[in-house]
Amino acid sequence: MPAKTMLEKIWGDHLVHEEPGRPSLLYIDRHLVHEVTSPQAFEGLRLSGRRVRRPELTFATPDHNVPTTDRSLPIEDLTSAKQIETLSENCREFGVTLFDLKSPDHGIVHVIGPDLGLTLPGVTLVCGDSHTSTHGAFGALAFGIGTSEVEHVLATQCLLQEKPKTFLIEIKGQRPYGVEAKDMVLSIIGRIGTAGGAGYVIEYGGEAIRELSMEERMTICNMSIEGGARAGMIAPDEKTFHYLRGRRYAPADFDAAVAQWKKLPSDPGASFDRTLTLDVASLAPQVTWGTNPGQVASIDARVPNPDNLPDANQRKSAERALEYMGLKADMPIEEIGITRVFIGSCTNSRIEDLRRAANFVKGRQVSSKVDAMVVPGSQKIKQKAEREGLDRIFREAGFEWRESGCSMCLGMNPDTLEPGERCASTSNRNFEGRQGKGGRTHLVSPLMAAAAAVEGHFVDIRQYTPQEES
Amino acid sequence: MEPFTRLQGIVAPLDLPDVDTDQIIPKQFLKRIERTGFGQFLFYDWRFIDGKKQDPAFEMNAERYQDAAILIARANFGCGSSREHAPWALRDYGFRCIIAPSFADIFYNNCFKNGILPVCLSEDQIEALFQKVRQTSGYSLDIDLEKEHITSNDGINLKIEIDPFRKNTLLRGLDDIDLTLKNEEKVSAYEARLAGTPSLSL
Ligand code: SF4
Repeated sequence: MPAKTMLEKIWGDHLVHEEPGRPSLLYIDRHLVHEVTSPQAFEGLRLSGRRVRRPELTFATPDHNVPTTDRSLPIEDLTSAKQIETLSENCREFGVTLFDLKSPDHGIVHVIGPDLGLTLPGVTLVCGDSHTSTHGAFGALAFGIGTSEVEHVLATQCLLQEKPKTFLIEIKGQRPYGVEAKDMVLSIIGRIGTAGGAGYVIEYGGEAIRELSMEERMTICNMSIEGGARAGMIAPDEKTFHYLRGRRYAPADFDAAVAQWKKLPSDPGASFDRTLTLDVASLAPQVTWGTNPGQVASIDARVPNPDNLPDANQRKSAERALEYMGLKADMPIEEIGITRVFIGSCTNSRIEDLRRAANFVKGRQVSSKVDAMVVPGSQKIKQKAEREGLDRIFREAGFEWRESGCSMCLGMNPDTLEPGERCASTSNRNFEGRQGKGGRTHLVSPLMAAAAAVEGHFVDIRQYTPQEES
Repeated sequence: MEPFTRLQGIVAPLDLPDVDTDQIIPKQFLKRIERTGFGQFLFYDWRFIDGKKQDPAFEMNAERYQDAAILIARANFGCGSSREHAPWALRDYGFRCIIAPSFADIFYNNCFKNGILPVCLSEDQIEALFQKVRQTSGYSLDIDLEKEHITSNDGINLKIEIDPFRKNTLLRGLDDIDLTLKNEEKVSAYEARLAGTPSLSL
């Protein structure tokens, strides 16, 4: 048998129908739904008199719009409230399981999927949300879809898809202290560009990837979309199986499942359409300076000078970004002062992220110039953090401690930046206005965000030795 | 879906690369539960000052582009979020065709589901179009999907490349769900085959 990539295996396992000149019909094993991209899909079903084909394979939660303050109070924004209520009604009408605001399982859709064991190796998983790429960390084929496709999956449990090309990114070397999964993925995007992965599914491999925890792997796969790829994936291994064992929706005959999952990794010698090898040993912590995630630099570098960029488009884009961001060419990244810090989002709101940030802020104080908040990705993470006393550490240092949700990652709820405010954010997008009109976002790791909160500007986390942190 | 066969329309320019869906339709407008009415919020943060006055510095706001049906843009158009509100807003505003050197994947797909034709041309061809649009008020193009070409009064004749399946669904206004349901028995057979697979059980 010819050597196959993991993508080819999963693709082959899910082919329902193929014919020349048409996209393939692919079966979808798990479908996640949130309040923003689903109402029109359910409405479409109603208008055409269709039902949900396999309601037991779809799971819903409201996350984008929800307030992160006191949940016992009514939601002030009436259109948000209506959208969240519409999700509840649709789930009731069509028989879909919902984890609502009162549920102990509430959280960001890409955080709760893995947490509940809905995300599994070898499955196809989709959601009307581009960061569905997160779930690929388990060796799933997981990608974001539009609302018409949400309706298509609800009605047929299938999707029409063109087969993507394969892109292997191999990461070698030993990660230095202070360099996190976030820095790895930001540097990859800086390298390949925001459209570099277009048309591909990226598989991340190599020793530096195998070293990562499941949480860290999710951070990497999460941001695949920021490099233009629709999906990212990492081969499942013992860490994956260990993470999943005992989770609520994990397979009942877990050992039999593991035996199947072990066949998933790409065969030795399987060929990819494109490959790239990077070494993590010399990587520094990363900070974005512009208005897309590819506009990124090392903490010890300077804001680039557009005049020095080779390509006219890049030049234009950098000039515009510097103007929007209120930055001067050639200024040291460390001199960029911030007034807001957001630790949260489906990229970096998991328990390990919170532990690392808390470990740093313990015994330190948030700068008097800075408003800082921590928004755990799910209620379960929040409770776990509270059992570990992380909430107390954050609060004592001057952080706000919130309820779960997307929050200031996109500011659809009241958590937003004011025009001109500058934020160190652990989220995934630094687009103009993403966190609030006129807001300026710098993407960083949780550790770098914590350090920026304390110092009031970006600092090289490597200057604090690990011992000093204990 | 409304079929797309042939379109003759005024062209408007959007001279920026990497236009993301957050800019096409900012998040505060995603709370609606309908598919319609998003056009008024298209490029909201660029089009308006303080949400009210049209910003004269935003090129598309010029009087001559008011009835445009075709948008020309730069590379990686539609990157970012998967929100289908982006094509809904473009369509509702009046655009039925977007021409750019490249598109982000999900956005590109979403266009076809909403009767919008996304066309890829080379950077040079697009640059030439930008110049013509700026030189000639009311500059328009004639897009013939059946024949797969774009023409204009001033002698432009460009070939469009489009996947035959997509072309056919657009031309006939076909609905993907209907197409899939024609293969319903194959879906059932697949489900029967996979039933009981240990790694998939809930
Ligand atoms: S946390 Fe941010 S990126 Fe993730 S799903 Fe929510 S809005 Fe999207």
